[in-house]
Amino acid sequence: MSETGLTGRIVSVNGPIVKAVGLTGAGMMDMAEVGPYRLIGELIRFQNEIAVIQVYEDNTGLKPGDTVTTSGRPLSVLLGPGLISNIYDGIQRPLISLEQLTGSFITKGVKASPLDVDRKWSVDITAFAGEEIKSGIVIGGIMESEAVLHRIMIPPGVSGIIEYIAPSGSYTIEDEIYRVKTEKGIFSGKLANYWPVRKPRPFREKKKSTVPLITGQRIIDTFFPIARGGTAAIPGGFGTGKTMTQHALAKWCDAEIIVYIGCGERGNEMTDVLNEFPKLVDPRSGRPLMERTVMIANTSNMPVAAREVSIYTGVTIAEYYRDMGYNVAIMADSTSRWAEALRELSSRLGDMPAEEGFPSYLATRLAEFYERGGYVDTLCGTEGSISIIGAVSPPGGDFSEPVTQHTTRFVRCFWALDKILADARHYPSISWIDSYSEYLDDIKGWWTGVDSAWHEIRTAALNILLEENRLQQIVKLVGPDALPVEQRFLLHCAEIIKNGFLQQNAFDTKDMYSTPLKQMKLLKLMLKFFHEGNKLLGSGVELKDILAMPGISELTRLKSEIGNDEHEMIDQFEEKLLSGMFELLRNIKDGASGV
Amino acid sequence: MVLPVSEREYMNVAGITGPLIIVEGVKGVGYGELVEIRTPSGEIRIGQTLEVDEDKAVVQVFEGTTGLSQRNMRTVFLGKTLEIPVHREMLGRIFDGLGRPIDGAPQVVSEIMRDVNGLPINPYSREYPRDFIQTGISAIDGMNTLIRGQKLPVFSGSGMPHNRIAAQIARQAKILTSEEEFTVVFAAMGVKFDVAWFFINSLEESGVLDNSAIFLSLANSPSIERIITPRAALTLAEHLAYDLEMHVLVILTDMTNYCESLRELSSSRGEIPSRKGYPGYLYSDLASIYERSGRIRGRRGSITQIPILTMPSDDISHPVPDLTGYITEGQIVLERELFNRGIYPPIAGLPSLSRLMKDGIGEGRTRKDHAGLAAQLFACYAKVKRIRSLAAIVGEEELSKMDKLYLHFGRSFEEEYLSQGYDENRDIETTLSIGWKMLSFLPEEELYRISRDDIQRYYIPDKSGD
Ligand SMILES: Nc1ncnc2c1ncn2[C@@H]1O[C@H](COP(=O)(O)OP(=O)(O)OP(=O)(O)O)[C@@H](O)[C@H]1O
Ligand SMILES: [Mg+2]
Repeated sequence: MSETGLTGRIVSVNGPIVKAVGLTGAGMMDMAEVGPYRLIGELIRFQNEIAVIQVYEDNTGLKPGDTVTTSGRPLSVLLGPGLISNIYDGIQRPLISLEQLTGSFITKGVKASPLDVDRKWSVDITAFAGEEIKSGIVIGGIMESEAVLHRIMIPPGVSGIIEYIAPSGSYTIEDEIYRVKTEKGIFSGKLANYWPVRKPRPFREKKKSTVPLITGQRIIDTFFPIARGGTAAIPGGFGTGKTMTQHALAKWCDAEIIVYIGCGERGNEMTDVLNEFPKLVDPRSGRPLMERTVMIANTSNMPVAAREVSIYTGVTIAEYYRDMGYNVAIMADSTSRWAEALRELSSRLGDMPAEEGFPSYLATRLAEFYERGGYVDTLCGTEGSISIIGAVSPPGGDFSEPVTQHTTRFVRCFWALDKILADARHYPSISWIDSYSEYLDDIKGWWTGVDSAWHEIRTAALNILLEENRLQQIVKLVGPDALPVEQRFLLHCAEIIKNGFLQQNAFDTKDMYSTPLKQMKLLKLMLKFFHEGNKLLGSGVELKDILAMPGISELTRLKSEIGNDEHEMIDQFEEKLLSGMFELLRNIKDGASGV
Repeated sequence: MVLPVSEREYMNVAGITGPLIIVEGVKGVGYGELVEIRTPSGEIRIGQTLEVDEDKAVVQVFEGTTGLSQRNMRTVFLGKTLEIPVHREMLGRIFDGLGRPIDGAPQVVSEIMRDVNGLPINPYSREYPRDFIQTGISAIDGMNTLIRGQKLPVFSGSGMPHNRIAAQIARQAKILTSEEEFTVVFAAMGVKFDVAWFFINSLEESGVLDNSAIFLSLANSPSIERIITPRAALTLAEHLAYDLEMHVLVILTDMTNYCESLRELSSSRGEIPSRKGYPGYLYSDLASIYERSGRIRGRRGSITQIPILTMPSDDISHPVPDLTGYITEGQIVLERELFNRGIYPPIAGLPSLSRLMKDGIGEGRTRKDHAGLAAQLFACYAKVKRIRSLAAIVGEEELSKMDKLYLHFGRSFEEEYLSQGYDENRDIETTLSIGWKMLSFLPEEELYRISRDDIQRYYIPDKSGD
């Protein structure tokens, strides 16, 4: 147990790293208030009698001699109702309240409670006095937003007999809701509790997930799917579409809660989310997307130390909702900026650098972060999951750098963004050559429920694309006309799949989201065309006649012309296409018999 | 931050390395505090603390340390951060890299002093920029639209006409829905006098010099000064935009020089370098400049940034363009090949990008067909590039008829769409119709990025081919 309220004195200041004496006895990772503005800091190291503190706010003006006071508890996140729809900086300062306090610019030392302390929540109590409870047990609920039922759980580490419990009614997060008689004494329960950011919240057991996280993005769902509770990385050079992909996933994936972490990226991208999410409707709950979203915004110009914490703040909030039994998805944009924050801090600490100046513990930290994802049995007896999708921004777009390389060791989906595709405005520019998913076997069963031939369809289509890639190497040397007609036809079919299936416009109302069924129907249609076309070629139909058939150019437009609930139009189109092909075949037969 | 008001003076300079001096025996000196260095001859230089210990401070001297001697130097710690006065009257004036007038007119007097580092804008307080700026340049307006409040850099190479393009933008930039003029804040870092002179002249010719402020840290001024120059310029820009409701266009040239100064400073501190010797915090440092743009909810003004940088050996993966591209909202890339063929402006078709374009164009802003048209032009031009590399091997004669059509499209696109005069100011309608004219060289079936509606309305089939 660390001592509370120790006061020490600063001896040196170097950027966000402050050294102080007189704090011996304070706990590692304790939160501290630094200097006259009581800036938030964290005790990250002890070197003999010197305590090293990382300061999370702009600390210009801080000087040797200024005081540091420890709080006796680790840097923590306040978990309770009011997180949903909120937007925080890296250390959970509420940006909306900060605006009310200091205006449009963030001044230093400004403080506000992460959760509204005055707001009264309508609480529905379901437990009763005398009941024996333990950690994770749900004792009541609050409709936190129209879309989210916030389950009030007994915090980890507390168990015993409920001695008192308030009746259902309106309460603030500071009101006492219940008292538990525990072995260590009486625990007074409130709606909100602190939890240390760097410590994973407990659960009963990790499990294998067999359900995909459906994202509505065709190339992801059909070709490189992620399971609920899975981990994925999106590496790509600047402007290749990491953020847009993350936004699309945050909008359309079928998680119940989204934690969006803008970590060292642009301010306007957060504004974009803030503008759009309240207007977009979740196709499942029918409610605005904002009602399932928590945002962390520690933009590139905000203090770099807080950027380092922002990832943990986000994942801790995600764990809290997972513990209630929800499927949560985290978008972290960009984990490279987080790694850079780590590098900057470690270099100011004088750590020995490993690769490219990153500290040797980079890999461990990345692993710890992705390890907080997963599909679990929660303490409250339900299942919950955290899927983590991290953007990676490799310098020069070169994937051989340390952050990308280490990340690939800890994620099981790799959605590699391709500069050439992005330059051609083929979005999402996820490469079908370099990407992979290790969840295929796990979720095969689920997809088979959508279409029993899912696996075959996927494989056949991917093979066409891979074969096209191989043929293009030959085309580069000899031109397409040197290829046999079947191979030229394959090139055309690959083009149709690329433009009509893989490419997906995030701004087109019909195209931005595809249900699994629409995905299957579209792809099957294209494969059908490929197979039937090959038969025609075999019967002597000319390639140019196949390509001149009415409807061929429409094949690539169906994605944006047919809505998710208009499947029968795809069937109708298929009939039309097939009868056109049949026509061609008949002509050739007639021609042959006519001779 | 409460800093001691009294100035404290010390003479114990224990060392000088590069732009840094180390002062010993100091007491109660703050991190980031402003320092005056006074020489026996009466010269005053300014600096800032980078690191403070109980009895020692590391100070970076913005005018450089050349000519300073360890003895006889007095350092005065001023108990505040580096601030400059800001005032409307600074328009029409010329300042040095630290924001001091060099045009012979008197010092600016203002009640408002601002820290040059500014404060981060609360992400919640931003207003998403959406107003289309017509620059009159087709390659920008049609395909990489500039938006009021955007940060859109020009990635150039030595000898290419980035300055002309920036000057043309400053001269022609216009918001279709309003009559307001842009106020220009121009900051030159490490460029030669003739570059600065070119800008000043072109601002004068277009009659906006009186509505502009110029900050010059030219090639012959101390390199370390450049760390402050863009910050001083942006500090004024923020006052003009957010206090005085002006629409400010900030041109920063050349950011590569700025980064070199930062690299020098970092290496004299003995920091562990990251790529190509640049410090590991280059990204965050650049972000602290580029993010000082945009719009704020409830305020009328805006800051639009056009940073210019030269890519060493035209290499876009060099840390300076690379990290810039990771922060800015797109980039206008100049291409050597187009330049050598005499095409002005030599704006590369594919690597250029405007990320804010999507919300600033379309019906009610530019025209309904704009987004589809631009996407189609990009896609077709990408195909042209592929066909060209094929033609280089198999020969143009061997290409299919369709491929030849594409090559024709490609040439016309470069010569008629991209290419235009330095004085040519095309309105958006003109730009869009040239775009459609280019697409008319291709058959309708190829236009899969454009909605059927728009094709019907705007596509002009080319009859000459058949
Ligand atoms: N799915 C998409 N649909 C339409 N446009 C897209 C899509 N993905 C990306 N884009 C376009 O590409 C631009 C860049 O995308 P994005 O901002 O996501 O890149 P990024 O990889 O996050 O870059 P950075 O690393 O610099 O943040 C967008 O502004 C948009 O114009
Ligand atoms: Mg991004």
